Amino acid sequence: MKKLIWLLVLLPAMASAVIDVYQFEQPEQERRFRGLIEQLRCPKCQNQSISDSDADIAQDMRAQVSTMIRDGRSDEEIVQYFTDRYGDFVNYKPPVNAQTMILWAGPGVVFFIGLVLVIVQIRRARGLVQEKDSEA
Amino acid sequence: MLPRKGLWVFFPLAGFIALAILLASGLGKNTEDLPTALAGKPLPEMTLPSLLRQGTDVTNEFFQGRWTLLNVWATWCPTCHIEHPYLLELAQRGVVIVGLDYKDTDQDARDYLANLGNPYTEVPVDASGAYGLNLGVYGAPETYLISPEGKVMLRHVGEMREKVWQEKFLPLITADQNVNAGNTQ
Repeated sequence: MKKLIWLLVLLPAMASAVIDVYQFEQPEQERRFRGLIEQLRCPKCQNQSISDSDADIAQDMRAQVSTMIRDGRSDEEIVQYFTDRYGDFVNYKPPVNAQTMILWAGPGVVFFIGLVLVIVQIRRARGLVQEKDSEA
Repeated sequence: MLPRKGLWVFFPLAGFIALAILLASGLGKNTEDLPTALAGKPLPEMTLPSLLRQGTDVTNEFFQGRWTLLNVWATWCPTCHIEHPYLLELAQRGVVIVGLDYKDTDQDARDYLANLGNPYTEVPVDASGAYGLNLGVYGAPETYLISPEGKVMLRHVGEMREKVWQEKFLPLITADQNVNAGNTQ
């Protein structure tokens, strides 16, 4: 009975331990690997990075990233390899171009409109106050 | 002064309408159907063993000289079973379909084709999924349209249906044939 309980306790740990383990010679490579699989987006289960996802394709992509790192390829080369095949979609840091302009400029534009509205409002309120002051 | 002030009143409403249009345009879109990053580019170099003709390889040469459908399928893929009868129908109409057997075992694939019928002119085997990665495949089924020059023209993700064939694939083929007909005149 005791053995069975121990088995049940350890089972989840064993299960998670078999999920792909990648060995790197240098800690630097490991760090780059972690960074890249966070930056690359899983095309199957969208809105997850390939580090989050357990989809088949995400596993293949992780394996490909680790192989390319061990082959001495740079981060840019690796990201380029995937965008060549899966498009800008696969990159959580998409490049600035005509198609992605709204992503990059959108927040700034909205902020600017808000700022203008606030300034106009403040000025108008000040004008009203001054009018009242001069009346008094 | 008053008319200008009057216009400002409509600003939030205009903003709301603009946002509503933007968001509404995204509704009902199939976000899974990503265009292929290879559109207009040559099919990645292929040298894969043939399932149908043991001992031979399927290469890019096979895609030269006529329009071809490259269907990515596997026996473990439920939607592939669903679209299978339609692929048989397309093949019967004379469409050349190459079936990339993706991450599968040869025996399963042979049994599948023997039991359900074979719509494929050729079946390259991509057991590891390495070729699929090169092509930008992220699941099965996916269907690519390959031009007579061996270029990737289009990708469809998910089930092949008559509607998809009529609306996405055929227009590209007929447009090309019209251009060619114009050139020869």
